[in-house]
Amino acid sequence: MGRLAAIADSLLTPHGIDRYLELIDPMLVRREIRAEVTDVRRQTPGTVTLTLRPSRAWPGFTAGQYVRVAVDIDGVRRIRCYSPASSAYRRDELELTIRAHEHGLVSRHLYGTAAPGLVLGLSRPEGEFTLPPARPDKLLLVSGGSGITPVLSMLRTLADEGHRGEVVLLHYAATAADVPHRAELARLGERPGVRVVLACTRSADGELHGRFGERHLDEVAPWFRDAPAYLCGPEPLRDAAAELYAANGLSERLHTEEFTPPALRLDTEGASGRVRFARSGTEVDNSGRPLLEQAEDAGLAPEHGCRMGICFSCTQVKSRGAVRDARSGAVSDGENEEIQLCISVPVGDVEIDC
Amino acid sequence: MTGLQDRLTREQVEEFGREMDELRQRLVADLGEEDVAYIHNVIKTQRGLEVAGRALLFAGFFPPAWLAGVGALSLSKILDNMEIGHNVMHGQYDWTRDPALSSQRFEWDTVAPAENWRHSHNYIHHTYTNIVDKDRDVGYGILRIDPAQKWHPYYLGNPVYAVMLAFIFQWGVMLHDLEFDRIVKGERKWSEFADVRKRMLRKASRQVGKDYVLFPLLTGPLAPLTLLGNASANVVRNLWAFSIIFCGHFPADVESFSEQETEQESRGQWYLRQILGSANITGGPLFHILSGNLSHQIEHHLFPDIPARRYPQIAPEVRAICEKYGLPYNTGPLHKQLFSVAKKLVKYALPDRGGDANRPEPSTLNRDRNLSAA
Repeated sequence: MGRLAAIADSLLTPHGIDRYLELIDPMLVRREIRAEVTDVRRQTPGTVTLTLRPSRAWPGFTAGQYVRVAVDIDGVRRIRCYSPASSAYRRDELELTIRAHEHGLVSRHLYGTAAPGLVLGLSRPEGEFTLPPARPDKLLLVSGGSGITPVLSMLRTLADEGHRGEVVLLHYAATAADVPHRAELARLGERPGVRVVLACTRSADGELHGRFGERHLDEVAPWFRDAPAYLCGPEPLRDAAAELYAANGLSERLHTEEFTPPALRLDTEGASGRVRFARSGTEVDNSGRPLLEQAEDAGLAPEHGCRMGICFSCTQVKSRGAVRDARSGAVSDGENEEIQLCISVPVGDVEIDC
Repeated sequence: MTGLQDRLTREQVEEFGREMDELRQRLVADLGEEDVAYIHNVIKTQRGLEVAGRALLFAGFFPPAWLAGVGALSLSKILDNMEIGHNVMHGQYDWTRDPALSSQRFEWDTVAPAENWRHSHNYIHHTYTNIVDKDRDVGYGILRIDPAQKWHPYYLGNPVYAVMLAFIFQWGVMLHDLEFDRIVKGERKWSEFADVRKRMLRKASRQVGKDYVLFPLLTGPLAPLTLLGNASANVVRNLWAFSIIFCGHFPADVESFSEQETEQESRGQWYLRQILGSANITGGPLFHILSGNLSHQIEHHLFPDIPARRYPQIAPEVRAICEKYGLPYNTGPLHKQLFSVAKKLVKYALPDRGGDANRPEPSTLNRDRNLSAA
């Protein structure tokens, strides 16, 4: 922050400079990270690819990381995590490919309405699913479905670096028509040392067929036992890979974009108080389980995602009472504070605005 | 003790409470994009007025520019404190999950730090509304506004203190949270307020820094004029905020309550107390916005966390429910409500005639007592 900005902030106290700049143009903000949609492509049925130009506070990301994206829907700010698919070196062409899930409020909204000029909120990038700074000579990337995005980002980033090592990207999809970024994947596959293999589980397209297994790896990356592997995909794919690597004693070679569910510390014996869900007017006895479960047990269906405290889909406002973070044990008792229902356990009487 | 508990039968109070709850549910379910667009619009207007006001003061050597600058800046501070600050900090927009509209993060353009105010206002005042000895907004610890407050020769200065408070209202609101009166009485210790004081010092120095040092300096030779302009804008806001707020709870016929009669209150009884303890001000749409919709103090006290733009919309319905249960709905134009407050300030400056501190019977009581279930 420059001296000029510091003076401006003193003059514009208590609101700060961003609250004025954004009224001229929402992208002028200096501290908040935002991004303007510059291009929208709907490459495959059910996916939308947004090209974003981030505001000046965007620090850049490392290929494989994810970012929390905020979008206002009917007046309410919704936050979801997406891994950029673009190269870490293309600052102004940050690319998100989002699959519209059947019940996904945000993904369907973006798929249906995103247009150039839309401004989204961004967090700083997060996540440990990244390549080592010393790039490996041989590298295996495996993805399934929408898990293509972080590994595509890795591949594009390596391409921009002029990486000379051997890289195999093995992608699983139902059919070839379901694969976004196909043209670019084909182009990347033509680079020396790079091989992009499509495995189709439900059609005759692609080089390989059927589900992930040792046979596939032996075929496309026979050296896989000696190389690090980065995998992002649905749970069955993750489980199959974890099993295969464990059976070969190679578990430490396999890196997955798996968010390990933290052990939740629950105390159902000592639970006390009542939980009131204000919008629905429902009230129940505190069972000591996370609020999301208590709401569902009471017949409510609050919006939610990961159920482990990372995706923020289940964020709601707690209007009264105290909750304990079941991961850390930390108790917070502020009025009108945002909490994640899936990892928050009531401590005594609590009122939630849902 | 007569009053709160005797107005309606227990069943009537509960039925009345259910009607209020239903109204609330309907409002909550209807919140959406329109409410956000509205507050964004008010914010945009306020920030525009603020920038225009500051800019005009750079031409303050030209009297019309100076006047227009003070006017714009006064309006900016009024909108910031009333329709934006007060309401956002009530959590009226927390459901949007927008950090810029979050009750916990918002800070307003006045010397009182948001955090201190949220506690004394949202919690103490809105929970214990008009309960003498609990709601510290009854007389703000310096005025005698209710017969249940014991008279003391100090209160002879009641009207003078009120006028002084009106001019320096923002400082009064800030110092209110120090609870001087209770420290003097020995109920609380000076040391308990270390954090409160630290926040005050920090906020006040930032506010004073911008209004009385930085902006005047920026206008160079016009510094004294700019300083005077900024001070005027602060005073205009002070007088306005004081007037609106004093008309909210202090006009004649607004009732106060004792701790004893409000013990173990049900939700219906709480709603009832909010209605009996608040008064509205009539006026046009612009007046309502500039009052932060506190001209609908009754609706605000019923639903403090519902966006204030909804109060005028539901006022006819609230009034109809009050009529149905024979409850008073105190409202009147600003001058009438202010005069009523002034009369009270003078009346309670003097000791009670007959030395009896009992509350007078509410005028509506006899009519209400025989009310059958509607």
